[in-house]
Amino acid sequence: MSDRITLRVARYRPERESEITFEDYELPCPKDWVVLDGLNHIKDQMDGTLSYRWSCRMGICGSCGMLVNGEPKLTCATFLSDYAPGPLKVEPLRNFPVIRDLIVDLGDFMGKLVRVKPWIIRRVEQPLSDGEYRQTPDELDEYKQFSMCINCMLCYSACPIYGLDPHFIGPAAIALAQRYNLDSRDEGSAERMAVLSEHDGIWGCTFVGECTKVCPKHVDPAAAIQRYKLQSAIDWVKGFVLPRAAQ
Amino acid sequence: MSQDAAYTPYHPRWHRTRVSTWWWLGRGSYFLFILRELSSLAVAWFVAGLLLLIRAVSAGPAAYQQFLASARLPAVLGLNAIALAFVVLHAITWFNLAPQAMVVHVAGRRVPGWCIAASNYAALVVATAVIYGLLTLTW
Repeated sequence: MSDRITLRVARYRPERESEITFEDYELPCPKDWVVLDGLNHIKDQMDGTLSYRWSCRMGICGSCGMLVNGEPKLTCATFLSDYAPGPLKVEPLRNFPVIRDLIVDLGDFMGKLVRVKPWIIRRVEQPLSDGEYRQTPDELDEYKQFSMCINCMLCYSACPIYGLDPHFIGPAAIALAQRYNLDSRDEGSAERMAVLSEHDGIWGCTFVGECTKVCPKHVDPAAAIQRYKLQSAIDWVKGFVLPRAAQ
Repeated sequence: MSQDAAYTPYHPRWHRTRVSTWWWLGRGSYFLFILRELSSLAVAWFVAGLLLLIRAVSAGPAAYQQFLASARLPAVLGLNAIALAFVVLHAITWFNLAPQAMVVHVAGRRVPGWCIAASNYAALVVATAVIYGLLTLTW
């Protein structure tokens, strides 16, 4: 195993460049270093101007998503030694506008996330004196998988549909909507369906399935979208065959 | 959006990378997805052939023989072979994706994904056997 690795890092400094360029950095490659450790080494020891996002270093915060050799990855969970001696290409996430170096703008997703109302909606809140909303383990299992999303945006970066049509609401937002729809305490699925049944909602997805493959938390957004489609189609048929019962 | 607009510190000048027309050649999974989408044309081809066959059968023996003659043309045989390959791809890819779309509970327990895919394949085998039986049955 090589003890050195070359990182080919994308640079975009809008005050002096109009296109993305690449710079090579040769650095040590201990077997316990992840790509994020490599970037921190560059910033601390070699080039303090390199810009990127990171926080928790343990796959919780979802801020260090980047393209590693073209694959959307959490850089805190991708070991350098798997790619030694390189060169290992590190780029900003695909399908997002680049602000600087490896930092992308996530404003589009933040707007979409709010639109799907990812919180528990109750028609009438029960009084505090009635106690908590109880849930069985089976009811928890129904949505738990979708609640693991950390908004790391790897799924948006892997989705060619989002790349081609930025209006598409996207995998994570739909998975999070489904997380609340499947929650036994929630009563807001009709409100979310109004947003998700639009042209840019669930029907924009053509089931490429890459969102599920790249998800570091095994959320399976593709499954959330297809189940939504199936439920929507069943509701439509019910409304067509039994219009009164569907109301 | 990498035009030469003036950069100001408080208003970032974003760089947007344009998606290539050939994006679907960039990864094996994207290419397989495009093939799966294209396979719908093969399904349409077989549906059109079936409708033409029904029309020929209802129009009498002469029309039926004419349909059989045109179905034996090398070009039609070649197209059918390509369409068959696409339809097999269509069936396999969708059967394998079915467990992601379907959540089935039996007796309060969730049916594993492989059971849903296996039931699709079993239905295909049964349907193929029935059709084969009907075609080869001596009346």
